[in-house]
Amino acid sequence: MTTGIIGQPLPRVDGRAKVTGAARYAADFNQPGQAYAVIVSATVGLGRVAGVDSAAVEKMPGVLAVLSHLNAPRLAYGPHKSYIDPATGERLHVLQDERVRFHGQPVAVVVATTIAQAERAAAALRVSYNAERPVVDCAGPEARAIVPEAGRQPDARLPADKARGDADRALAEAPVKVDETYDIARENHNPMEPHATIASWSGDRLTLWSKSQVVVNEQAEIAAIFGLPPESVTVICPFIGGAFGTSLRTWPHVTLAAMAARHVGRPVKLVLTRKQMFFTTGHRPRTVQRIALGATADGKLTSVVHEGTGETSRYEEFMEALTSVTTFLYSCPNVRTRYRLVPLDTGTPNHMRGPGEASGVFALECAMDELAYKLRLDPIDLRRRNEPATDQGENKPFSSRSLMKCYDLGAERFGWSRRTPEPRSMRDGRLLIGMGVASASYPAFHAPATARARLLPDGTAEVEIAASDMGPGTYTSMTQVAAETLGLSVERVRFSLGRSDYPPAPSHGGSWTMASVGSAIRAACIAVREEAAKGRKDRPIEATASSQRDPEAAARFSMHSFGAVFVEIAIDPDVGTIRVRRAVGAYGIGRVVNPRLASSQCTGGMVGGIGMALMERTVLDARDGRPVNAHMADYLMPVNLDIPQLEAHFVAETDPHVNALGVKGLGEIALVGIAPAIANAVFHAAGKRVRTLPIRIEDVLTRRSV
Amino acid sequence: MFPFTIEKVTSVEAAIAAASSGRRLIAGGTTLIDLMREEVEQPQQLVDINALPMSEIRIDRSDLVIGALARMADVAAHPDVQRLQPLIAESLIEGASPQLRNMASIGGNLLQRVRCPYFRMVDAACNKRNPRSGCAALGGLNAGHAILGTSDHCVATHPSDVAVALVALDATMRVKGPKGERTFPVEELFRLPGDTPHLEHTLLPGELIVEVRIPWGPHSRRARYLKVRDRASYEFALVSAAAALDVAEGVIRGARLAVGGVGTRPWRMRAVEAALIGKVPDRRVFQAAARSAVEGARPLSGNHYKLELLPPTIVRAFEMTGEIA
Repeated sequence: MTTGIIGQPLPRVDGRAKVTGAARYAADFNQPGQAYAVIVSATVGLGRVAGVDSAAVEKMPGVLAVLSHLNAPRLAYGPHKSYIDPATGERLHVLQDERVRFHGQPVAVVVATTIAQAERAAAALRVSYNAERPVVDCAGPEARAIVPEAGRQPDARLPADKARGDADRALAEAPVKVDETYDIARENHNPMEPHATIASWSGDRLTLWSKSQVVVNEQAEIAAIFGLPPESVTVICPFIGGAFGTSLRTWPHVTLAAMAARHVGRPVKLVLTRKQMFFTTGHRPRTVQRIALGATADGKLTSVVHEGTGETSRYEEFMEALTSVTTFLYSCPNVRTRYRLVPLDTGTPNHMRGPGEASGVFALECAMDELAYKLRLDPIDLRRRNEPATDQGENKPFSSRSLMKCYDLGAERFGWSRRTPEPRSMRDGRLLIGMGVASASYPAFHAPATARARLLPDGTAEVEIAASDMGPGTYTSMTQVAAETLGLSVERVRFSLGRSDYPPAPSHGGSWTMASVGSAIRAACIAVREEAAKGRKDRPIEATASSQRDPEAAARFSMHSFGAVFVEIAIDPDVGTIRVRRAVGAYGIGRVVNPRLASSQCTGGMVGGIGMALMERTVLDARDGRPVNAHMADYLMPVNLDIPQLEAHFVAETDPHVNALGVKGLGEIALVGIAPAIANAVFHAAGKRVRTLPIRIEDVLTRRSV
Repeated sequence: MFPFTIEKVTSVEAAIAAASSGRRLIAGGTTLIDLMREEVEQPQQLVDINALPMSEIRIDRSDLVIGALARMADVAAHPDVQRLQPLIAESLIEGASPQLRNMASIGGNLLQRVRCPYFRMVDAACNKRNPRSGCAALGGLNAGHAILGTSDHCVATHPSDVAVALVALDATMRVKGPKGERTFPVEELFRLPGDTPHLEHTLLPGELIVEVRIPWGPHSRRARYLKVRDRASYEFALVSAAAALDVAEGVIRGARLAVGGVGTRPWRMRAVEAALIGKVPDRRVFQAAARSAVEGARPLSGNHYKLELLPPTIVRAFEMTGEIA
C-alpha cells in the first residue's frame, strides 16, 4: 500500500477546472425554463408585517409570483436537528407568519422570468410594518444573559460551567494577577461565492443545486421542512467558492427557492446579494470575555478564570467552544470557566472558521501576554513553565501534543531571539516594530463516514462520498488517500463528492473532513484491494465501507491540534496605521497529507486572522438592528496589500490514536492564534494594550498613547 | 434596477442637449451603475459620452491639462503628470483599485457621490437622497463622516482623493453648457450641504465638465498625498492630506494644503498654509501650523478620533514633501 503518495505536495487535481471556469458551482447549473427568485428583506428590526401590497407588483413585466406569509404555502417544518443546528430552539420558519424577528429577515419572495424583472419587482414591493425597537447590543443595558440549555449538564459537550480547584480563591491569593475584559466584534463570513440555490421539482421529487458544506444535511433538512421522505430530495454541490462555515446550515433561502419553484411550476434560481449575506446566513457572534489569571512570582499559573458571553438570536441558542481550550491549554490546579448567551433581536449566529476557539483563545492568549509582561518573562518561557503533561480538564493524556515543539520551530523560523521585549523598543526607520506570539489549538474531531470505491475494468478507480470541498483541497487529498491505498497513480483515480445520493459524509467543517472522510475512503479502498487480492478477475469490484474513531482510543485520550503563531507588525507612530509585515505559524497536526495544500490552508487562515484582528466587524444600527456596513467596501477584509509574507511549518508528529491515517485536521486551527499574536505585537510595538477587536487606527492613536 | 435606455453621443453639443433635457450622462459608470443597482439612482435615459474627444492629457505652457474623460489609470501613468504634478498621480493611485482606475474618468471622479452607508440604502433616512427625510448618520454609524462643513442635514464626506489634490493645487475647470463655456476653480465645484444636501455641485443644468487645468508652480514638484486608512488599499480615506511646499534657501516661500476624509467637500486649509510662510520646514513648524486645522470642527458620536488624526496627517504629508515619492 505504501507508495508514498500521501505526503506528496501534489498540485490540486481540480485546479485546472477552477481556473478555466470548467468547475461548476451551484448557480452555474441553469435549468431549462428556469425562473428567478429575489428575496424581499425586512427593513425593520423587530415587529410585524402589517401589509404586503403585492397587487401592483404582480402586474409588473415578467412577474410570476409574489409570495409572502399571506399566501405562502404552510410548510410541514417537521422536527430535524443535526449537530450543526443549535440544540435548543427552533429554526426560523420562513414566510409562515407575520412576525419580524430581525432586520433583513425574508418577508416575501418575488419570482419572475428574468433576473432583472425579479430584482425590479422585489424592490418595488411595498411592505408595511408595525415596528418595535430591537435589542441588538449584547453588552448594552437591555441585554440579559442566560445559561445555555444544552450546557447545563456537567457532561455536556460545551458545559456552561466547569471548574477544578477553587479558581476564585486562588486568584484572590495570587501574588501576580491579570484580570481583563476582551470584546470581539461580530463578523460575517463573506466568502467570494454568494449563497445560491437552483430548485427543480419533478412531481414530488426535488433536486437542489445548492451551495452547501453538507449536502446530506441539506437533503434531510429540506425533506423535513417540506414533509418529504429524504430520498425524494437530491442535493448537488460539486464546488464551493469559499464558505468558512456559512454554508453548514440550511438557511431560509434554500426553502424559499424550493417553495417558489413548486409554486410557479418551473425551476427557480435564487442567489443572495452580498447585502443579504449579512442577514440570514449566520455570523461569528460578538463575544465579551473576562479572563483572570493568577500566578506565582516565578510564573506558575495558580488560577485561571474565563467568563465568556456570546450573542445569539431570540429563537435559537447558538453555542460555540468559547471557553473549552482554557480548560486544557495550560497546567493549572484552579480553573473555572463560565459560558453564557445573550439572546438578541438578530438572526442566529453560526460557526465561522475557528468557531469559539478563535475568540476564546484570543482572550486567553492576550491575557497570557499581559501576565508575561507583569512577570518580566518571555511569553514563550511563560508558556513553557505551564506546559501540562496531560489534559487536566479531562484528566486524560493527550493523544499527541507538540505545542512546545511548535514554539521551538516557529521561534527559529521567525527569528524570535532578535526581539527585544520592552514595548516601543524596536524600530525600522520611523516605524515602531512589534513582535507578538500566541498559542493555537483546535480539537481533532472525527465523525462516522461512509465511502464507496470501485475498481473498473480499465484499471482505473472511482471513489464517491457525499463530502464537500470549500477550498482546502479535499478533491486532491482524498485522491491521494485512495491512490495510495489502491496502489494506483493519482491519474487513475476519479474522486467525486458533493451529491446527497453518495454515501454519507459529515459536515465539511470542524476540521474533521481529512480524518473522517479520509478514513472512510481508506476503508473502502482497502476492501476493494483485498477483494482484488483474492484473485478475483471480474470487474468492477465495488465496496462500500464506513469508518469511525476507535471508541477505546476516544475514551482514553484527549485529542487536539496545537500550534504557535508569530507575527511582526509595524505601526506608523504619527498616524497610527497598523500593518502586518510577516507571520509564521508552526503546527502539530499529525500527518500532513499534502504539504502544499496544508500550507495554503494555513496562509488562508492567517489572512482570516488578520481580518479578525485589524478589520472585520459588522456594525449594527442600535435603532433598527440594521447591519450598516453590509457592503464589500465598508466591511473591511484584508486585500493583497495587507497580506505580507505568510509561512506555515509543520512539526513531525505521529499520532497513532486519532485515526488510521494519523491526521488531526488543519482548517480551523489556521485562524486560531493569529488575532492574539497581532494584538500582542501591537502592545509590543506601541506600548498600548488593545482588548477590543478589530484594532483600528483610532485605538492606537487616540489619547496620545503612541 | 429600473429599466433604462442608453444612447451614445459623439459631439459635445449633443451631450449638452441631452443633459439639458434631463438625461443622465455616463462615462466610466463606476459610481452610477453601483447606485442604479441599489436603486439610489433611477435614471431612465442614459447618454454615453465616452466617444467625446475629451480624454487628452497635454501640457499647455507649463500647465497640465486633463480632459474630463481621461481615465484615472492613464492620468496616473502619464509621464508628464508624474514629472510636472506628481501629487495628481499619487492621489489617483491611492484613490482607487486598478480595476476602478481603468474605468473611472476624471470628470466622473469629481462628481462621484458620497459613501455614506445610509445614502446607499434606499430604506434609510437621507436628506441627500430624499430631501427632508432626515439624516440617519447623525444617530448611527458615522465613524467615517465629516467634522468640517457639516450641517444638521448632512455629514457625509466628499469621497474623491484626486479632488483634494486638485483643490490644493489651485486647479481650474472648464465646463460647457447651453449658455456657453465658463472656467472656475475646482474648489468652487463643490457645495456645502447646508439645508440642501441634495444639491452637491455648482454645475448649471446641461453643463458638462470638459477639462481640468492644473497650473504649474514651484511647489508642484515638492508635493505629496498621504491617505490614512485601516487597510492598505480599497478603502476611502479616514483622513488624507495633499501637501505641497515651495522652499527656497531653506525657507518656505509657498505652501498648499487640502485635506480629505474630514470635510463635506475637499477642504483647503489656507490658515495652515499662511502659518508656514517664511518658516524653516521642520516638524515643529508643521506641528504648530497644523494645530489650527481642527478649528471649528464638529465631531460626531463616532468620529472624535479625526480631531486627533488630522493634525499628524498634515504634519506627515508636509514632511513627506521633503522625501522622495
